[in-house]
Amino acid sequence: MTTPLVEVTAISRTYRMRSGLFGRPAAVHAVDGLSFSIAKGETLGIVGESGSGKSTTGRMVLGLEPPDAGTVRFDGAPIAAPGSAAWRAQRARMQMIFQDPLGALDRRLSVAEQIREPLDIHNIGTAAEREARVHELLHAVDLNDSHGARYPGALSGGQRQRIVLARALATRPDFLVCDEPVSALDVSIQAQVVNLLIDLQARLGLTMLFISHDLRVIRQISSKVAVMYLGRIVESGDADDLFARPQHPYTQALVSASPAPGRRSTGRIVLTGDPPNPAARPSGCAFHPRCRHAMARCAVEVPALTPLDETRQVACHLVAGPQSQTQDAA
Amino acid sequence: MAPLVSISGLRVAFDGTHVLHGIDLDIDKGEALGLVGESGSGKSVTWLAALGLLPAKAKVSGSAKLEGHELIAADGKLLDQVRGRRIAMIFQDPASALNPVLTIRRQLCESLALHRGLRGEAARTEALRLLDLVGIPDATRRLSAYPHEFSGGQVQRIMIAMALAGQPDLLIADEPTTALDATIQAQILDLLSAVRREFNMAMVLISHDLGVVAENCDRVCVMYAGRIIERAPATRLFDDPWHPYAQGLIGALPPLDGARRRLRAIPGTVPDPRALPRGCAFAPRCTFAGDHCHAGVPPLAPLDQDRAVACLQPQRLPVELAAE
Repeated sequence: MTTPLVEVTAISRTYRMRSGLFGRPAAVHAVDGLSFSIAKGETLGIVGESGSGKSTTGRMVLGLEPPDAGTVRFDGAPIAAPGSAAWRAQRARMQMIFQDPLGALDRRLSVAEQIREPLDIHNIGTAAEREARVHELLHAVDLNDSHGARYPGALSGGQRQRIVLARALATRPDFLVCDEPVSALDVSIQAQVVNLLIDLQARLGLTMLFISHDLRVIRQISSKVAVMYLGRIVESGDADDLFARPQHPYTQALVSASPAPGRRSTGRIVLTGDPPNPAARPSGCAFHPRCRHAMARCAVEVPALTPLDETRQVACHLVAGPQSQTQDAA
Repeated sequence: MAPLVSISGLRVAFDGTHVLHGIDLDIDKGEALGLVGESGSGKSVTWLAALGLLPAKAKVSGSAKLEGHELIAADGKLLDQVRGRRIAMIFQDPASALNPVLTIRRQLCESLALHRGLRGEAARTEALRLLDLVGIPDATRRLSAYPHEFSGGQVQRIMIAMALAGQPDLLIADEPTTALDATIQAQILDLLSAVRREFNMAMVLISHDLGVVAENCDRVCVMYAGRIIERAPATRLFDDPWHPYAQGLIGALPPLDGARRRLRAIPGTVPDPRALPRGCAFAPRCTFAGDHCHAGVPPLAPLDQDRAVACLQPQRLPVELAAE
C-alpha cells in the first residue's frame, strides 16, 4: 500500500467568538478532531451544511490556518510554518480554488498576467517558457489566447472560474483544494466546469479535496466522500455506495432532502429543528436533537467514527457494526 | 374556468435593450407553476413587471390580468389592492426584506392592518396564529424578537407568514430556498406545499433548481433569454423534455444514484441581451440547429393539449437522448 499524499490526523480548530459587545467570549469548535487521508490521484469530497467546518478543514490542510491540535502531512512531511521557504516550496505543489472567481482575480490585471503570476512568484522558467505555459494553460481549460488579453470583468462566471483553475494549475501542483468551485454557476455552466475538472484530474493525475454542499456535484467528482456535521465526520465511504446506502441518520436526511426531477416529494425525511450552531454544540452526538432515532445514550456519549465494513465508517450509536438497524430508516 | 392570472405579450426593455420578448402565461386558481431558467432568463422580471415593481426606466408593454383587471400601467390604487393582498411575493434573501429595527409583531401587524384592516388585539391574535402556522416554535415569546434573532430558515418562515397575512390568491416565491441549507430547504418547501393545500392558494415557484421545481409544481415553464421555450406538466417535462435547451438542463444535472455518466454540458454561454443572435436565441448553442433556426424566432407552438415548445423541429430529436 502506498503512503497517502495527504494525511490528516486529529486536527482541531477553535475560534473565540463574543456574543454581543459585552458578551463573554465563547469557544466555537469549528473543526473537532478530524482525521482522513487522500491517496495519490484520488478525490475526497467533503459535504456538509454551513457551519459544518468544511472550509476551515480545507484551509488547515493547505496550511493557511494552523490547526490548534493534530497534524497535517503532505507527501510524508508535515506542513511547514506559513511564510517559511519550505512552506512556499510545498505550496507550489498544492493550490486552492474558491467559490467566487471574481473575488480571487484582480480586475486590473489581464487574464494572461494573472495566470503567469504564480510562475513569476515561484520563479519557474524563462520569460518565453512562461508565455508558452500560459498559452498551454488557457487551452487546457478550453479557452484561447484572445481570452488571455481580456480582463476579468469582460468574462462570464464560468470563464472566470476556468481562469482561476488555469492559474491554480500553473505550477503543476499535485494537490488541489476546491471549495465550492461551481456553486455560484448556472447549471449548464456548472456541468462544463465539472467535466473539465474531471478531465484535468485524469490527465494530470491530480489529487483533490473537493468541498461542497451539493450532493450531486460531490458524487459526480469524488471517489470517496466524508459527510461533516458540526466539525466532525459523521460518515465516510465510497461515493456511489455512500449515497446509495447512507447509514448515518444525517446522511439519510441529506440524501432524501436532495430534490430529484421526476420524483414527487413522497417519503422525504424532513428534519425538524434549526441548522446547527457551532457556538452551541449539543452534548453527546451533535445531531441528536434533530435525529428521529435518538436514544438517551446519544445525548451523553459522543459516538466514535467506527468502521462498518472495508470502506464505510459511521459515527452513530445506532449503527454499530454489521448488525446495523437501518431497515426502519430506509 | 377563467384563469386567475393571465399574462399575454408581456415585454420589458431597459434602456432600449429588450429583456423580455413577449411572455404568454396563464395560472389557474390553486395551481403550482414552476418557472425555471438560468440567470438572466427573465423569470423574476416577468413578475416584477406584472406587479409594477420595476424601476421607472423599464419600458413595460403587453398585458397582465388578475381576474380580468389589467395590472400593466394600472394606477397605484389598484396595484396597492393587488400587491400583498391578492398576490404576495417572497424572495431569496428574506433577511433584507424585513426591517431590522422593528419586532416581528410590529411587522406582521403592519401587514395585517394594511391588507385586512385588523388592529389592536385582533391583529396581535392573528399575528400569533400566523407565526404558529408557519412553524415558529414558542410563537408567543418570539413575536417580540427582532429579525436578527432568527436563523435563515426561520426568517424565511416569517416572510411566508407575512405573505399569508393578506390571504393572497397567488404567492410568487422567487428562489425561496436558494440561500438555505439542504435540510432547511426541505422544511420550507414542505411548509409551502402545506399552506398551499390549506388555503387553496396558487403559487409560482421561480427557481434555477430543476429538482425543486419538479417536486413542487404541477406545470413548468422553461425560460431562455427572455422567452418561454417549453411549457409542460412537471412529470412529463422531466421524463421527456422536447426543447434541446430543456434536454440540456436536465442532462447537465449530475445524477444522485445509478451509474455515473459524463455530464452533457450545454456548450457556450447565455447570450448577452444586448446582442441576441438572429432567430432562435438558443441556436448557437444547440447541437440540432440548422440554417432555418437562424432565420426566425420559433413561436411557442402547442404540440398537444397541455404541452407547447418553441423549437422548429422538436419531433426530430433522437428519442434515446431525451430519455437518458
